[in-house]
Amino acid sequence: MVSIIGYYTTQFGELWEKSLFSLVGEAIDNVLIESGLEKKQIDAVFFGNMLSGILENNLHASAKIAEILKLNIPIFRVEAACASGGSAFNLAVNYVKSQAAETVLVVGAEKMTDFSPEQVVGGLSAASSGEEQESGLTFPGIYALMAQSYLNKNKTKEEDLACISVKNHFHGSLNDKAHFRRQISVSDVLNSAYVAYPLKVLDSSPISDGASSVIITSNKKIIKKAKKPVMVLASEVVNDTISLKKRKNLDSIEATIIAADKVFKKTGLKRKDITVAELHDCFSIAEIIAMEDIGFWKKGEGASGARAYSTMFGRSDNLVVNTSGGLKSAGHPVGATGIKQLGEIYLQLTGRAEKRQVKGAKYGLAHNVGGSGGTVVITILGN
Amino acid sequence: MTGIVSYGFYIPKYRIKIGDIAKVWGKEEKNISRSLLVKEKTVAGIDEDSLTMAYESSKMAFEGLNIDKKKIGAVYVGSESHPYAVNPTATILAEMLGIRGHYLASDTEFACKAATGAMISGLGMIKSKLTSYVLVSASDKAQSMPHDVLEYTASSASVSLLMGSQDLVLKVLDYSTYSTDTPDFWRRDGIRYPSHGGRFTGLPAYFYHIFNSSSDLLKKTKIKPHQIAHAVFHMPNGKFPIQIAYKLGFDFDQVKQSLVVENLGNSYTASALLGLVSVLEVAQKNDLIFFASFGSGAGSDAFIFQVTDNIDKRRMSLSKKIKNKKYIDYPTYLKFMDTI
Repeated sequence: MVSIIGYYTTQFGELWEKSLFSLVGEAIDNVLIESGLEKKQIDAVFFGNMLSGILENNLHASAKIAEILKLNIPIFRVEAACASGGSAFNLAVNYVKSQAAETVLVVGAEKMTDFSPEQVVGGLSAASSGEEQESGLTFPGIYALMAQSYLNKNKTKEEDLACISVKNHFHGSLNDKAHFRRQISVSDVLNSAYVAYPLKVLDSSPISDGASSVIITSNKKIIKKAKKPVMVLASEVVNDTISLKKRKNLDSIEATIIAADKVFKKTGLKRKDITVAELHDCFSIAEIIAMEDIGFWKKGEGASGARAYSTMFGRSDNLVVNTSGGLKSAGHPVGATGIKQLGEIYLQLTGRAEKRQVKGAKYGLAHNVGGSGGTVVITILGN
Repeated sequence: MTGIVSYGFYIPKYRIKIGDIAKVWGKEEKNISRSLLVKEKTVAGIDEDSLTMAYESSKMAFEGLNIDKKKIGAVYVGSESHPYAVNPTATILAEMLGIRGHYLASDTEFACKAATGAMISGLGMIKSKLTSYVLVSASDKAQSMPHDVLEYTASSASVSLLMGSQDLVLKVLDYSTYSTDTPDFWRRDGIRYPSHGGRFTGLPAYFYHIFNSSSDLLKKTKIKPHQIAHAVFHMPNGKFPIQIAYKLGFDFDQVKQSLVVENLGNSYTASALLGLVSVLEVAQKNDLIFFASFGSGAGSDAFIFQVTDNIDKRRMSLSKKIKNKKYIDYPTYLKFMDTI
């Protein structure tokens, strides 16, 4: 069984004094220390990153990482929009399973705040269809359309969406690596400026810098030696149409439904067995839709679940969602996000999540979305 | 002792309310005002520019003085909005003031600290007895791109200082300056409006540089913040000067008299100096005044001034001029700024 034997994440936030590759270097150096490995024990590297080609004209990242590591090993750059990190992890797991390597480093990173918001928003739009780009739709606009569809079909108010941000900021206040560590109220969210109706500034994840890394291995000796290994029970990637207009529904992401069914079928676990989950809350509506699509909540019950703060640390009697603060509060350095989600589950399952530790967490799920649902990666970890 | 012999200022009478700008762009006035702590800003008229305003403030600086203008060895004009890219503002200003011939005319540029850097050059010339007087004028008809956040604050004004070594109103006890290559705000040649790095203009730029110049000055003069009567900092908005004041150990009472940004906006090179003018309206002899400018790119010049007996005869009333205003609407503002 492939296992995660170490995790490290840099601070997320506006890290003006750090470049993309200084962040990558920090993430690599420290995950090796966390794992107790020498770099020569790494057989391959998978690197999740979306924007370096667009923003920095910097695409040959595999060679740059070879320069950092001073190793002549296979290194692969993986791009799948905001699911770049999750996809890199999935490929790394399959690479190990196929016995091409035993021990693989997976690092995700993004450097966004050195660029103007216009440049970053333009770059992120590369993850949408050409028609969407030509019509002027940016991701806030795309998710706003999904939110409008959801609100129109279900008895959901903007206040219900706000509860997701309130919960995730509370969790972020407990995570010293989070971009934002202040708690917010429903009225803070409702009084923040509209980005695209019904989504407001405080419904939206930020532009962040950061890098996160994990090391996975199938080497039994290394797993035995590792203090706290966590098993990768299932990891599935599912793709769907890039364009919203080709989807059957706007208030649901089919790729999430399919990927969730696959991982639960493969593991034999039930939804109620999962006690910690990191879901892709790029906007508040995205977490509600993901909760329903994965099957944690029934379709249409998202509003009541959000309003009851039923997945909040300290209030939930079973599943706690986005203990890291999610994308909303922990931040969203695109390529790093999918790895940070897995790392947060790893911390929870190994009892090292400090102030936000969910007691007795045994199985956890990470859900990473690219674009508006064109790529979805769901992974279940267990110990 | 070198210092400032006299000073003058000019603020245009036109004002635009921040709410009137916010309305055009679909923003809530309360959100903008609360975030920037600015209510309205000055706007130079269609027939005004940084040169005409520099002339007005310089003329005021010379009022009541009987000085042989041949003893003015240098005229510096610091601005981000010199009327010409090539053709000095300083020569035109000097000619208008009756200064010509054997003097150094120089236009300076360092974002919002272009004039305070010239003050340091002027101090050097006077201390080394190259000249008796130096005129330094700070003047801006500050540019900002429509819909950019700068549009809520970028304003127009001028302050001029006549520097010398006798009959001073302010003695310069000491200064410190600090610069690094920090690209937080810039305007490329031929580009009409400045660009900026959003929040990057804060911690690594404004706060870092002012803190370094100011803490060095306090250290080398061994003057403690509690000994200072008034503190003045560059005012890109209403929040930053208060925050840096607290960080350096000053309290709100020490900085409040300087906070004219709420009603005048940020007149770039004239911004901090207008704060000094406001302080001089109430300052008493022997008061110590702490002053720090900030220029993007980036640097800060910090000074400690001491008020002399001459303050009562040289005192100017900025507060009266602030009240003399005429509101304009957004289209008129665009016309005055030569945008339409």
